[in-house]
Amino acid sequence: MLGALIIVFREAIEAGLIVGIVLAVTRGLSHARTYVFAGVGAGAGGALLVALFADVLSKSFSGNGQELFNASILALAVIMLAWHNIWMARHGRELSQQLSSVGRAVASGERTLLALASVVGLAILREGSEVALFLYGVIASGETGYDVFLGGLLGLALGAAVSFATFYGLVKIPPRSLFVVTSWLITFLAAGLAAQSAAFLQQAGLITMMTETLWDTSWALSDKTILGRVLHTLIGYSDQPSLLQGLVYLLTLILIYTASKFTALRPRLEPRLSP
Amino acid sequence: MTHFITKRLMGVMICAFSFVTHTSVSAGETYTLTLKDHRFEPAQITIKAETPATLIVKNLDAAPEEFESKPLRIEKIIPANSEASFMIHALKAGRYKFVGEFHEDSAKGELVAE
Repeated sequence: MLGALIIVFREAIEAGLIVGIVLAVTRGLSHARTYVFAGVGAGAGGALLVALFADVLSKSFSGNGQELFNASILALAVIMLAWHNIWMARHGRELSQQLSSVGRAVASGERTLLALASVVGLAILREGSEVALFLYGVIASGETGYDVFLGGLLGLALGAAVSFATFYGLVKIPPRSLFVVTSWLITFLAAGLAAQSAAFLQQAGLITMMTETLWDTSWALSDKTILGRVLHTLIGYSDQPSLLQGLVYLLTLILIYTASKFTALRPRLEPRLSP
Repeated sequence: MTHFITKRLMGVMICAFSFVTHTSVSAGETYTLTLKDHRFEPAQITIKAETPATLIVKNLDAAPEEFESKPLRIEKIIPANSEASFMIHALKAGRYKFVGEFHEDSAKGELVAE
């Protein structure tokens, strides 16, 4: 039972953290929770579908369907996160500059709400399908059955607990600093996801260069431990990354950071519509 | 804006997909592992170092398995009664562990490149 709990919990951590961060980022926006929970629901439904058609997916694209699916989902999530951060860089600044634009900042926040809700959906879709397949396997093979299944469900519950802990931890931060903290969190999160996406493209054999291992710190902190997994999601930690993963990680960090800085400066140059 | 991104992204994905269908999956010599009763057979497989190869993993169990190797950077679900193939790029001589993540107690083995 403990084994199953750990397997499922390990898969659920990433999605759990992402849900928690998104809930904290979108707190105060009207309908934020509805959007986020709709994302959770859609992701879970999608995960069941993916698990159901795992066979078809694996065999598609000359056997690379799974890798391409994962790589695309991760890339999509990176784009959504980057877009959110770049938008908020502009409006976060306005928010602190003048009180009158609060309404506008909130309105623009709502635009990226859909993007963030889909990031939640994509995270649950990806990790959830693995959990669903694991639990299905337990039922299908019928050996250890019941208590393994229970362990799995407990693992899921722990994943949900991670969401709540992340959310309550983040909202303790004063609003002004929260914006800065979550912007950085999202930037690192996106860089980590981009590196994972690159790894799947390498696994599929789509990218055959830069496969050299950058470093091996698995002896110190394995990706498979709970702490390793948390850091894997939050800052994109990997114990044996490829050169390409490292490069993609750095590039994503730099791109999101520069684009955010650039848009944060832009409003001064644009004619401002005054009420 | 979102519409634009979606369109661009779909374009990129279609390009990527058409590229995949044109690349062949097999490279070098082919080695086969089978998984039965959540155990790998053989549990130790020896391949030539510094030479690209293809690894086929056949899951003969009724349950899906996640084939995972951190040192080989492989992570893939193999549905019940099916197989997956992996391109192994030229490896330095050494031992590369792999596991079936869903049944890690029994499903473990290593690939030896020499």
